Amino acid sequence: MESIAMTRQMLDGDKMIVNMGPSHPTTHGTLRIVLELQGETITKATPEMGYLHRGVEKLAESLSYQQFIPLTDRLNYCSAIMNNVGYSTAVEKLLDIQIPKRAEQIRVLVSELSRIADHIVCVGVNAVDIGAFTAFLYLFKQRETVYDLFEMAAGQRLHTSFTRIGGLFRDIPEGFVPATERFLVECSAAIDELERLLTHNPIWHDRTKGIGAISAEDAVNWGYTGPCLRAAGVPQDLRKAQPYLGYETYDFDIPIGTTGDVFDRYLVRVEEMRQSLRIIRQVLDRLEPGPVMVDDPKVALPPKEKVYTRMESLIHHFKLIMHGMEMPVGEVYSATEAANGELGFYIISDGGKNPYRIRVRPPCLPIFSSFEDQVKGGLIADAVSVLGAMNIIAGELDR
Amino acid sequence: MVIEHIDAQIPGAILDRHAFRGDQTIVVAKENLLSVVDLLHREGFQLLVDITAVDWPEREQRFDVVYHWLNLASQERLRLKVPVADGESVPTLALQFKTANWFEREVFDLFGIRFEGHPDLRRLLTWEDFPGHALRKDFPLDGGDVFCMEACTAPYNNGERN
Repeated sequence: MESIAMTRQMLDGDKMIVNMGPSHPTTHGTLRIVLELQGETITKATPEMGYLHRGVEKLAESLSYQQFIPLTDRLNYCSAIMNNVGYSTAVEKLLDIQIPKRAEQIRVLVSELSRIADHIVCVGVNAVDIGAFTAFLYLFKQRETVYDLFEMAAGQRLHTSFTRIGGLFRDIPEGFVPATERFLVECSAAIDELERLLTHNPIWHDRTKGIGAISAEDAVNWGYTGPCLRAAGVPQDLRKAQPYLGYETYDFDIPIGTTGDVFDRYLVRVEEMRQSLRIIRQVLDRLEPGPVMVDDPKVALPPKEKVYTRMESLIHHFKLIMHGMEMPVGEVYSATEAANGELGFYIISDGGKNPYRIRVRPPCLPIFSSFEDQVKGGLIADAVSVLGAMNIIAGELDR
Repeated sequence: MVIEHIDAQIPGAILDRHAFRGDQTIVVAKENLLSVVDLLHREGFQLLVDITAVDWPEREQRFDVVYHWLNLASQERLRLKVPVADGESVPTLALQFKTANWFEREVFDLFGIRFEGHPDLRRLLTWEDFPGHALRKDFPLDGGDVFCMEACTAPYNNGERN
């Protein structure tokens, strides 16, 4: 009935209702925006979400802390490793444990690779939506290389589940470092190529400059974090502001924009890719040998050969699998700088095997909530441009 | 520091406070929420990072509405909790903080806590006539009858309904 009413409205009034989504090339996942148009101008935009709601937070209450890690892969599935890292860091804060140096360094390494992959998706797909197909193709070759590296490290391209509470589930294999070195050279060249295609391209300027502009004050009020906030001129990056995993020891810059429009967001993301390459270079230079899991039988599973030969290891293995880790009673909020912005995990423990509550603070939800404000009064083509630059990942948005 | 300021300026507003692993938490009654938030905002806590809720079914005031704040200048974080009973409402922050709009809709959707004065309090993640509130502790994990349409008679849960 609703659709008939909509049709009547479309025929009678001079306003037209257009459904963008739930399955639309620019929605990158499943979400729906009901646009009310007067000619080409958007007079109203009503976002509707929840199509990908899987009740991740509800499921967490019936899973142990380790078992939740695979679910974090499915939040922002373009940069799954960063979700793994963010979640593990939060539980480690709750446990108050320090992971080994090598585990920290590898976490930084894969996080930055993941950030590059995520920005490639965002910039590349945004360009495709606007019509610049070539940039997308050039970039996606690099993204494939990143996924090849993840496959080497974690055995999985997309849903990596690479971290464990207390470290990593395994060390990076032989051949990973040389492959990453090759990637650094190739990716750097690909980013230069991308910039030659887009940065001074007048068509790209027309479609992105001044579109979705937002002031720094408004961006903070809307709860923006990540590249969208930095494009508006606020130099907030948790890697610098509240360093974790030893980010304070790396030398890198935080690019910021001035107007917060789609073009600035593009520039910020491109520069962040370069800075991530810089960080990866530094990690490779200082990567030191050592364990990648804490030496604490109450947290880490003992090596298999010890389980079969030693009484204590067998007991620890049994206790960890059957009763889980001994968690303190308390609550922590831990945030990491994911590709989209501040990814927060708020964990409440009642001392049991399973968390009492896990809240995932998705960076793109507050950004997406400003969508109507961003596109109202603009053209319908601009809505596509703005949506792409917001980098909405429905898995993370709906959880 | 900011907690001392709140305590000095609005005496009695902070019902409880604790710190764990470096996270500062204060508990505030819902009557004082708006004045405390106003003070926080003036003290530089401008980024409302998150709003969520926690269900404690055995407590008289069953829910905690939890606000996370970040001070961009000093990078301090503060957690603010407002306990509410089932059926009670909390004053909305959506008028001062635009980001609160959707976060409060989500809390309303998943916990059934109403926000007084909210401009558009609709469900955010589940559909309009979804029965119940999914993140309450008494909501069944498998969804109960929610996903069984009227015409659906197929047994589930190993053949046992209910």
